[in-house]
Amino acid sequence: MLSENSVKEISELTSKYATKRSAIMPALSVVQREHGYVTEEGMRDVARILGVRPVLVFEVATFYTMYNKKPVGKYHIQVCTNIACSLLGAEHLMDFLSRRLGIKTKETTSDKKFTLSAVECLGSCGTAPMMQINDNYYENLTESKVEEILNGLR
Amino acid sequence: MFEPVLLKNINTPESYKIDTYIKNGGYEALKKALEMNPDSIIQTVKDSGLRGRGGAGFPTGLKWSFITKDPTIAKYLCCNADEGEPGTFKDRAIIEYDPHELIEGMAIACYAIGAANSYIYIRGEFALGAQRLEDAISEANAKGYLGKNILGSKFSLNMYVHRGAGAYICGEETALLESIEGRRALPRIKPPFPAQVGLFGKPTVINNVETLACVPHIINNGAAWFAAIGPAKSPGPKIYGISGNVNKPGLYELPMGTPLREIIYDHAGGMRAGKTLKAVIPGGVSAPMLIEPDLDIPMDFESLAAKGSMLGSGAIVVIDDSYCIVKAALRTHEFFHHESCGKCTPCREGLDWLVKVLRRVEGGEGEQGDIDLILKLCVDIFGRTFCPLGDGAVMALRGAINHFRNEFEYHVTHKRCMVGGR
Ligand code: FES
Repeated sequence: MLSENSVKEISELTSKYATKRSAIMPALSVVQREHGYVTEEGMRDVARILGVRPVLVFEVATFYTMYNKKPVGKYHIQVCTNIACSLLGAEHLMDFLSRRLGIKTKETTSDKKFTLSAVECLGSCGTAPMMQINDNYYENLTESKVEEILNGLR
Repeated sequence: MFEPVLLKNINTPESYKIDTYIKNGGYEALKKALEMNPDSIIQTVKDSGLRGRGGAGFPTGLKWSFITKDPTIAKYLCCNADEGEPGTFKDRAIIEYDPHELIEGMAIACYAIGAANSYIYIRGEFALGAQRLEDAISEANAKGYLGKNILGSKFSLNMYVHRGAGAYICGEETALLESIEGRRALPRIKPPFPAQVGLFGKPTVINNVETLACVPHIINNGAAWFAAIGPAKSPGPKIYGISGNVNKPGLYELPMGTPLREIIYDHAGGMRAGKTLKAVIPGGVSAPMLIEPDLDIPMDFESLAAKGSMLGSGAIVVIDDSYCIVKAALRTHEFFHHESCGKCTPCREGLDWLVKVLRRVEGGEGEQGDIDLILKLCVDIFGRTFCPLGDGAVMALRGAINHFRNEFEYHVTHKRCMVGGR
């Protein structure tokens, strides 16, 4: 069950839109914030609070890549491997992170601390290579900079 | 020396706060606009020659003029801040460092078309940007630049941020509308165009961030000032984002029509020591590549179209001789394949097939005839997809093979890459 605050937040979201259905996306973000990913229960809660059929919530949740369908680590490291970042060594960075964390892409460390993902362009191409950890961008990366960032997160 | 207009504030400390913005002359244009009648604002924007900066280059004033004047019909403005075309990072700068420039532009646009509600559709990954916009909207509400009876006028406007969740297709305007309505972002058939049937079935204007950011400056300085910058057919300041193998990647605001060579060598510091330029993607990865002899081209809508490429978002990606073109083609194609929304078969199945062939060619497993197969698939896909995503993917790929067929052939025949000797 979602917390009281989340339920309230979701019901208030509807005032921004002409239809309740429009609040599905922001509501899913609320679920993800609370549970770390969009749980089936959370999706049903959203449907109930917004008064829409659950399938409408499921179809949105499964379309957009940012809604995690399963748990991720405390720190979700997303490395951009698109062209501008690749030109400046994104693959190299990916390998480095993978060795450093002892996991492959899409995996989570056994202590549930880090999940590593390769993602598409994050709009930070002028400061490539880059990665996003949770909500923060880290740009102009080098191995030593990444090392420093990881140490800061321990 | 051209003085930046759109990015002039971004290096000021706390540039994103309303007080900083007002101190630098912010919201004067809105005041001025509210004393004009909506039609004359639309006329001013038409006269300025402003064309959409999101990629399509459609005349902005004309777009606004398609909206019905019937006051009993609700209308919407949606700002497309779903910046997702690889190579493109200009709108994020405006959003994070000068959100009020965008908000002021949107308020003027809403007044001009008679919209009482507006949305900024921002890509989900831009968490800082979304927060800055939320904060800026609250500041503007508190100071009476948004909300009820703006600056004592009869005009009232609500502005909301709607966050995307990782789908490139939301940059396509009808898919963006579907997404705000709480659905999968599958593009709609056009017509009807959003100007007739848009958000929640009502007349809607959708403009890019950079386009809307131009509006306050046009109102402040006049249409003639704007029209006098750059070429007659696509005037105004333009933010070029340059990335890849240059010495000084970054954003450079220059007059529209600045030659590509000047942007790369004079502004972005040219190529790294010992490297030569191999290819340039001039307008985001959908835009077909150019090569060295093309560099004197003015960077504007017409000139690039005449060269068989496009200005797109003005995102320039520079590739030097140390990078394999087949890999570049594969990497960009994988992007389109990943982002295809799945609505239409040519795009969903076609891009999937292409990515498989490209992967084997790149990986040294290509077979004789693969390159012709790729080109044949391109013919089968081009012009047959529901929205421009499939066309963009195909155009980019064709461009790469056009200029660098020898590199593709080399991969097939020698089972390895020409560059780096893998
Ligand atoms: S290509 Fe990596 S952020 Fe754009």
